[in-house]
Amino acid sequence: MNVSLFLTQFMNGIGAGVIYASLALALVLIFRTTGLLNFAQGEMALFSTYVTWWLWDGGVPILPAILLSVSLSFVGGAVIERVVIRPVESSSPLIVVIVTLGMFLALNALTQVIFGTDAKQLASVFPQRVFDVGGVRLTAQTIGLVAVLVLECVLLWLIFQRTKAGLALRAVAANPTSSRLVGINVGRMLMLGWALAAALGALAGSLVVPATEALTASSMQAILVFAFAGAALGGFDSPLGAVVGGLVVGVANSLTIEYLEPLRDVELLVPFGIILGVLLVRPAGLFGTQRVERV
Amino acid sequence: MTLLEVRDLRGGYGPVRVLQGLTFTVDDGEIVVLLGANGAGKTTTLRALSGLIGAQGSVRYDGVDLLGRRAEAVARRGIGHVPEGRGTMAELTVEENLRVGAYLRRDRDVASDLERWYTLFPRLKERRDQPAGTLSGGEQQMLAIARALMGRPRLLLLDEPSMGLAPIITQGLFRTLADLNADLGVAMLVVEQNAMLALGIARRAYVLETGRIVTSGPAAELREDERVRKAYLGM
Amino acid sequence: MSARRALPAAGIGIALLVLLAWLPQYYGSTQTALFARALAFAVAALGLNLLTGYNGQVSIGHGAFFGFGAYTTAILMKDHDWAFLATLPVVAVGGLAVGAAVGFPALRVKGLYLALVTLGLAALFPDLVTRFVRGTGGTTLVQIPKVTSPSWATRFAPADDQWRYYLVLAVAVVMLLVAWNLVRGRFGRALIAVREHEAAAATVGIDLARVKVSAFAISAAFAAVAGSLLTLTTGLANADRVGTFQLSIDFLVIIVIGGIGTVVGPVVGAWLFVFLEDWTKQVFPDTPLLSPAIFGIALILFVYVLPDGIVGGARRLLARLRRPAAPTPPTAPGTRPAVRT
Repeated sequence: MNVSLFLTQFMNGIGAGVIYASLALALVLIFRTTGLLNFAQGEMALFSTYVTWWLWDGGVPILPAILLSVSLSFVGGAVIERVVIRPVESSSPLIVVIVTLGMFLALNALTQVIFGTDAKQLASVFPQRVFDVGGVRLTAQTIGLVAVLVLECVLLWLIFQRTKAGLALRAVAANPTSSRLVGINVGRMLMLGWALAAALGALAGSLVVPATEALTASSMQAILVFAFAGAALGGFDSPLGAVVGGLVVGVANSLTIEYLEPLRDVELLVPFGIILGVLLVRPAGLFGTQRVERV
Repeated sequence: MTLLEVRDLRGGYGPVRVLQGLTFTVDDGEIVVLLGANGAGKTTTLRALSGLIGAQGSVRYDGVDLLGRRAEAVARRGIGHVPEGRGTMAELTVEENLRVGAYLRRDRDVASDLERWYTLFPRLKERRDQPAGTLSGGEQQMLAIARALMGRPRLLLLDEPSMGLAPIITQGLFRTLADLNADLGVAMLVVEQNAMLALGIARRAYVLETGRIVTSGPAAELREDERVRKAYLGM
Repeated sequence: MSARRALPAAGIGIALLVLLAWLPQYYGSTQTALFARALAFAVAALGLNLLTGYNGQVSIGHGAFFGFGAYTTAILMKDHDWAFLATLPVVAVGGLAVGAAVGFPALRVKGLYLALVTLGLAALFPDLVTRFVRGTGGTTLVQIPKVTSPSWATRFAPADDQWRYYLVLAVAVVMLLVAWNLVRGRFGRALIAVREHEAAAATVGIDLARVKVSAFAISAAFAAVAGSLLTLTTGLANADRVGTFQLSIDFLVIIVIGGIGTVVGPVVGAWLFVFLEDWTKQVFPDTPLLSPAIFGIALILFVYVLPDGIVGGARRLLARLRRPAAPTPPTAPGTRPAVRT
């Protein structure tokens, strides 16, 4: 076996896995605070990415454009929780699925109605360089994405472990009733959870698009499936699990494409198999702790 | 001075009305116990008082009307609620549970309060960095009480503090409650199955039956009351 | 249903059938294709409703079953010269098998997680097609030979599209009757019992595994047949990622608008859906994507405002009109919307 080819593919997998991990983190944030699987997470990220493109296309440099879009998405996520999700918060899974799918449909279509259906090109914040480390090809994009993921994790860790709002967020996830009894405004915390998730999605989307070919309305759908696979693998209630799960899914996919000829073109079999396998065999995932049945 | 004045409290869950019009008071700094069989409406009463469920009637606390306010607003007024089953935030550590209890406080004495309750409950200090879910039932009850105290309440609502605890632990717990009441002057409204112990530390008591108050009086008198002894003291 | 109510219901049914049969005589081929599309979507929604409405299992992967049917019919007709109707039994049995295979995980995976698995299926299906289907010009598009009106039918269906419409109508009516019989009988009661309370259903002797897997299988078969019907009308089978997702969600939109957990709801919903879709495309020709946007928002609004859909809402209104003095009577078990559970 060619070791440097293997390592190159491995690193490619990490590069993709970082994006899955970011979006999986967003899914986990929402699951932990509201107990929902947000099927519209990918399309929320898609819309945010188009906002980034729109700002950039209008003359804003790419880095400020991303930061602005992330901030707008933060607000947008909070608004979505308050307006769309709150009324059905404690409803049956069917209702939750319907509402998040309604968002999926509406956001996907609105994106195209507002921004047009043609494929968009978006600048990358990372230089277009390829490093050769002992025969292993390593792109600046991959290195940059890993750095961003690390930054995200550190930031989230600081928010959750070192701020009062983060403590309150975790308290709400652990026990909403007790949280209310000590004076925490649970609704506001749910909004914060969705806001953070939307911001993470915006960042992931804005960074992934230059890596793939171009920005279209279907850019995020496969990524969402990979992210769900990562979150399922790690455990829907574990941020650490989301990161590890996302990376594993990315690497597994990359290696499958390289080494399993019969699976060419059907990469999605990998996340699909992971989702199915994990839910059947170990529903809590690798790092999750609890009940996966919320029926 | 009357701290909490409840008049004609009615309410329940959806169409099921549990409370049929309760009237009672809690004075500043006193311990009052609510006795009653399962399903009499004790827990519902506490939940209505702290805004977890809607209710009708009138609840005046320290001169303001409490009914219709949300739970977080009630907590802001200085009412601590130790819920049924202790309400532990299992995935958070012991210390985080206590810090959550001080969520509304803006002062700088949180750390000294932490030390204070750690001194009173040394077991909690030993386990401060463990997930609260790993504590024993008695420890979780102490944690729940300490968490409520971290909010520096003037009135503490306690829902079945003895539930699931060994008798020896329960006795220590009630002694602690009596001490806290004496030291801090915090008023307590205690819902309890173990009537003997509860009456032992309370000044006054009310007996609930199917959502109504049927008997009330000084705790010492109720301990001698023939009906109360039969029904709740098992004598 | 009592005989007193069954008779007028049958009368309405026959009248509607006559109306449906008359439609292509009056309207042109564009409209007729639209009617056929509505019927095909109605069949798929009937199937999804058996699963989601009656049995409480959520699927957002029915676009994949639909596509399975479409491709099976297309490939059998194009590469093996089968007649359209002959492909249907194969499609139905194949749909049952595929549905059962997907349904087995549903025994352990529930609620939102089952939805997730089916989402994966909808995402995976177009890739499978890309991998295994070699269609026209090497694409994933498979065109079928044109189905023409046979000589004995030229009196009532001189045009080919009329004939195709009648084929679709006939199959749709059969499927509707099958669905009706299923939900009215023992199986329907079992479906609802499992939806309402699994443990309780098990204690009265309902085989949970069998009911849930059968619900999935039957539901998938309906979607697969619907796929065949649409292929017959459009003349081709196609699957791309956006399209398969979209279809899966469309079916859900249809049953929510029409009325979850009612037999006629999906049919009403499908007609409404297809015509609203067409209408927005005509009014806003430059933005064909406005209709999914509208449906997405409608989906959310219906859940808030009319959770039992148009049919459920109409029933409640009728019940109130019949007995103006009495409060709204509790709905019958069969009509109770699953969304309330």
